[in-house]
Amino acid sequence: MVPAGGYLLVSALLFSLGVMGVLLRRSAIVMFMCVEMMLNAVNLSLVAFSRLLGDPTGQVLVFFVMCVAAAEVSVGLALVIALFRNRESIDVDQIRLLRG
Amino acid sequence: MQVVLFGICALLAIVGAVGVITARNPVYSALFLVLNFFSLAGLYLSLEAQFLAVTQVIVYAGAIVVLFLFVIMLLNLRPEDLPRFRLDRTGPLVVLLSLGLLLGVGMGIWSLLGASFPQDPQAQAVGTVESLGRALFGRYLVGFEVVAVLLLVAMIGSVMLAKRRFQ
Amino acid sequence: MAFESLQPKLLLLAAALLALFTMAAYTVYFERRISAWIQNRIGPNRVGPFGLLQPLADVLKLLFKEDIAPAAADRLLHRLAPMISVTAAVATIGVLPFAHNLILADVNIGILYILAITSLNVYGITLSGWASNSKYALLGGLRSSAQLISYEIAMGLAVLSVVVQSESLMTSQIVEAQAEIWNVLRNPLGFLIFLITAFAETNRLPFDLPEAEQELVAGYHTEYSSMKFGMFYVAEYMNVVLSSAVITTLFFGGYLVPFGHLFMSDLPAWARTGLEVLSFFGKTGFFVFVFIWVRWTIPRFKYNQLMRLGWVYLFPLAVLNLVLVALARMLF
Repeated sequence: MVPAGGYLLVSALLFSLGVMGVLLRRSAIVMFMCVEMMLNAVNLSLVAFSRLLGDPTGQVLVFFVMCVAAAEVSVGLALVIALFRNRESIDVDQIRLLRG
Repeated sequence: MQVVLFGICALLAIVGAVGVITARNPVYSALFLVLNFFSLAGLYLSLEAQFLAVTQVIVYAGAIVVLFLFVIMLLNLRPEDLPRFRLDRTGPLVVLLSLGLLLGVGMGIWSLLGASFPQDPQAQAVGTVESLGRALFGRYLVGFEVVAVLLLVAMIGSVMLAKRRFQ
Repeated sequence: MAFESLQPKLLLLAAALLALFTMAAYTVYFERRISAWIQNRIGPNRVGPFGLLQPLADVLKLLFKEDIAPAAADRLLHRLAPMISVTAAVATIGVLPFAHNLILADVNIGILYILAITSLNVYGITLSGWASNSKYALLGGLRSSAQLISYEIAMGLAVLSVVVQSESLMTSQIVEAQAEIWNVLRNPLGFLIFLITAFAETNRLPFDLPEAEQELVAGYHTEYSSMKFGMFYVAEYMNVVLSSAVITTLFFGGYLVPFGHLFMSDLPAWARTGLEVLSFFGKTGFFVFVFIWVRWTIPRFKYNQLMRLGWVYLFPLAVLNLVLVALARMLF
C-alpha cells in the first residue's frame, strides 16, 4: 500500500511546478494551463485527505473546484481572445500598459 | 496493484507537468496538460474515487483542454519566436521560491508521510456515486446551487467578452 | 490478480475486438451496397460472392498505398492523431454488456465512462486538422471540436434521463431495468435526442460538416493517405457500430430478448446466453442500418443550422425531457 504521504508529495510537486510555470512563462495561454495544473494539484490532496479521513466532504470540494475551474477557463479564454484581438499578441510582457 | 497504478500515474503526472511548462509549442503544452489530467484521474482511481476520476476526464480532458486547443487553433498561435521563459533576474528567484514552497509544504505534511489509508469497506465507499450524491444534495446543497449560478454567470460573461469588438 | 482469473475476460476481450473490427469492416461494405440500392445502382459485387470479400480488398489496397505526410506537417501529431481516434473508439467496448454477466468490466460508473471516452474522440479529429498544416484540414478540425462539444451537452442530458429511470449508472443494471418495458417507450423524447446527437458525435450525415467534401475537400483527413487514412476510416465506422450498441443498451433493452420472459427460463444456460448475444448484435445491426439509411436520405445541414439545432432546440428540449422524466419518476 502507498502511504498518504506519497499522494501529498505528488500534489505538492505538481503545485510547485504550476507556480513555476505561471511565473516563468510569457504566453498568457500557457500561464492559464499552469493555473489549471495548480488547481488539480490541490484536488489531488483533497481526494487523498477525503480517503484518509473516510469523509466525502473533500471530494465534494473537488467537485466544486472543478466547476470553478470550468467557469474560470471560459472567462479567461474569452479574455485571451479579446486581448489577442486588441494587441495581436498574448505575450504578457507586452501588456504592461493599462491604457489600450 | 495500487502501488503500480500510483507509480505509473504519479510519474506521468509529473512528466506532463514538466512538459506543460517547457514545451515551446502551445499545442504540445495542451497535450501534456491532457497527460497530466489523465494521470490524475488514474490517481483518483487508485484512491477509490471512481466518480471523480470519470468527472475529471469528462470535465478537464473532454471540455477544458478542448477549449484551450480551440482557442490556440483559432488564434493560430505558432511556436513562440521569443524565448519561452522570462529568465532575466527574476528567473532564479522564481525557481528558488517554488523550491521553498515545496519544502514548506513538505515540512507541513511530514507527520502524515507514513499515514496509511483505512481499509474498512465503509471508508473505501467514500468515493462512490451514492456517498457523493448524499453529501452533495444534503449538507452541501446550498453550495451546489451557488456553483450553478456561478457557472451561469461565467457563461454570460464569456459570451459578452468574446463577442465584444474592442476599439 | 492471478492470470487464471483473468483468462475468461481476455477471451471475451479478444472476441469483442474481433466482432467490433469485423462489424466495422462489413459496415463499410453494407454502406456501399445499401447506398447503391437506395440510389438504384448495383454497388460492389465483384470480389467474392456478392462482393463479400470487398472489405479485405479495401484493406489490402490501403496497406500498399504510399504513406505521405505534408512537408510542413507536425510529424509526431500527424502520426498520433489517427491512433487517438481508433483508441477512443475501441475503448468503449469495455463496459458494454453483450449478455447477462457477459461484460468486460461492470464498473459502477459504466455510462459515465462511455461519455468520458466519447468526449475524447474530438482530440483525434482536432489534432489531425491542426497537425496537417492545411487550411481545409484546420477548418475541419475547428468545426468538429465546436460541433462535438455542443452536442455532447444534449447527449449527456439524454443519458441522464435514462439514468434517472434506471436509478443506476451501471450499464448492466440499465439493461436489467428494462425487463418490463424498454426505455424507448418510457422515454421516447430522450431516445430521439440521443439518436440525433449520436449522428453528430460520429460526424455522420446530416452532420458531417468536419469533412464536407464540397467545401473542405475531405476535411480533417485531407492530408492523410494509406493506412493512417484507413485508421480514420475504421474509427468512423467503429463509432457507428458502437453508437448503435450504446443506443441498444440505453433504449432498446440491450441484450434482453423480446418476450424473453415467456420462454427463456426453460432454456439451458448456453442457449440463453447465445440468444441474448444474438439479440444484442441484431439490434445493433438494425441501428447501423438506420445510420446508413439516414446518410443516404437526408442532405447536409449548414453550419449555422447545425449550431442552432444543437443549442436552441436540442439543449432546452433535453433539459425539459430530464425534468419531465424526473417528475414522472417522483409521481409514479
